[in-house]
Amino acid sequence: MSTTSATAVPPFRVESATPASRAAAVVGLLLLAVLATAPAWGGSGFMKLLIEFFTLLALAQMWNLLAGYAGLVSIGQQAFVGLGAYGLFVGTDRLGLHPLLAIPVLAAVIALIALATSLFAFRLHGGYFAIGTWVIAEVFRILVSGAKEVGAGNGVTIQGAAFLGPQGRLALTYWLALGVGFGSVILVAWIMRSRLGLALRALRDSEAGAESLGIDVFRTKLAVYLIASVGCAVAGAIIYLSLLRIQPNAAFSVDWTARMIFIVIIGGLGRIEGPIVGALVFIGLRETLADFGSLYLVILGVVAIGLTLLAPRGLWGLFVARFPMVSFGAQPRLVMGAQTPGGAGPPPGTTPTEVA
Amino acid sequence: MAALLELDHVAKAFGTVVVADELSYTLAAGEILGVVGPNGAGKTSMLNLITGSLQPDRGRILLDGRDITAMPVHARARAGIGRTHQVPHPFGGMTVFENVLIGASFAGQRTGADPRTATVAALERTGLLAHANTPAGALTLLDRKRLELARALASGPRLLLLDEIAGGLAEHEVQALIEIIRALRGEGLGIVWIEHIVQALVSVVDRLMATNYGRKLAEGAPKTVMASPEVQSVYLGQGIRA
Repeated sequence: MSTTSATAVPPFRVESATPASRAAAVVGLLLLAVLATAPAWGGSGFMKLLIEFFTLLALAQMWNLLAGYAGLVSIGQQAFVGLGAYGLFVGTDRLGLHPLLAIPVLAAVIALIALATSLFAFRLHGGYFAIGTWVIAEVFRILVSGAKEVGAGNGVTIQGAAFLGPQGRLALTYWLALGVGFGSVILVAWIMRSRLGLALRALRDSEAGAESLGIDVFRTKLAVYLIASVGCAVAGAIIYLSLLRIQPNAAFSVDWTARMIFIVIIGGLGRIEGPIVGALVFIGLRETLADFGSLYLVILGVVAIGLTLLAPRGLWGLFVARFPMVSFGAQPRLVMGAQTPGGAGPPPGTTPTEVA
Repeated sequence: MAALLELDHVAKAFGTVVVADELSYTLAAGEILGVVGPNGAGKTSMLNLITGSLQPDRGRILLDGRDITAMPVHARARAGIGRTHQVPHPFGGMTVFENVLIGASFAGQRTGADPRTATVAALERTGLLAHANTPAGALTLLDRKRLELARALASGPRLLLLDEIAGGLAEHEVQALIEIIRALRGEGLGIVWIEHIVQALVSVVDRLMATNYGRKLAEGAPKTVMASPEVQSVYLGQGIRA
């Protein structure tokens, strides 16, 4: 230990990228570029499958952000899927907006709705929070089921996107799904490298420690809740731009959140890779077991139970334990000494994002 | 000028267990107050009242003359109150560097210093630089205590609350710690230091306070306080003097 003045600091730099994370970014962008051209060469079945995959990936990334990073175990995210679906209907069919404009408008409105629901949800903790979020979703389902303006219990069919034509609508929906799928991964990766991510990872380990170092636990969790709610709403709007037919019991079904939980748990909770692996497994199982009828749900349940018992950190957790060198982690590394030949000047690093 | 820290008739009880009994004292910037007392005397609770993780039943707590009694924990940390925990609370899944970076980025935002520079300075000062990229969960107890201090220092506190930071350290480590604490006093920090190692405390503190059941038994020059019969009987036990 030394008692040198706090201002004299030896030269240092902070590295937050690993070779694996750089490689993953390059591969991801190449994949995005290839997939973006799919409307020119892919069949409609292929594109519909990818729409489902990427929207589920986005939903799962949002649930992972909530539960895996902020410890907010919600079983009411279907509230925002349903609100996104109806928001799209109101935007395109009632207000006559282009779907590309309707989505940002509904995102902004649903952000305000999420802020209002947080007033109720955030009074509850742990298991009570989980049940409370479900109750909130049920309230929305019942309210919408009684609203004649949006078809009450029968629901509505989106017609405001018909002007695009079947092929045009499929291509637009596909690109939007691709955007929300890749966007959710990029968003979570960016959050985890930001000030908000630093706060989240700290309060996951010790809320008492985080508070005593100046982290506003309430506002940090609220920020995550709002991001995840808007993310689910946007994904929900894209799902229903593909399905077109909205029924309240389906749009506000707890099945949406059950899928998110299944995907995150089998992939790996609290890891950005988890939802990607989980969504691939989920879609793969569903495609291979489609002919089994309700037995398919039994098999999904057995897979989920088996994996939580045998691999509590999910498939990605199992993989990382076996191959620890494959790390896409956001953990910055402190490197002491003078600059490397490549990097003159102040150390490169993340730009902190204002959270609280 | 107002004192850096002032407790004004602070009272707190858990049922019949009193942890603060009309406790009043002040601390100036650049002053070290040592606190001794038997286990269960309410020493850690007193720090929790100052940081805000406990709310007093009565009384006020002032920082620079400003009433902070209603302020939440994180806001008090940002106002310049740093503390180390008796049982370290590391962020086990994060590296030592990240642990300290949190103190610098959040509680330390008031100082306007670059968080990463403040982090490296705190790591160097506490001898943790070599462990910067080690997961905090893998540290030894000694290094966890250093980490507690480094996180608090990185936030650039004006008031530092130390809860048995020397407990379990070897003699030369205690000496190194005392050097750091002396230097911090020289930089104008006010320090409240709870410790069972009375010898270490007496060598560095400006004032000593002895407590029991949340009540102040004696306060003043360290040697006078330790020599008072009341402190001797409560703290060291009765009937041991020849």
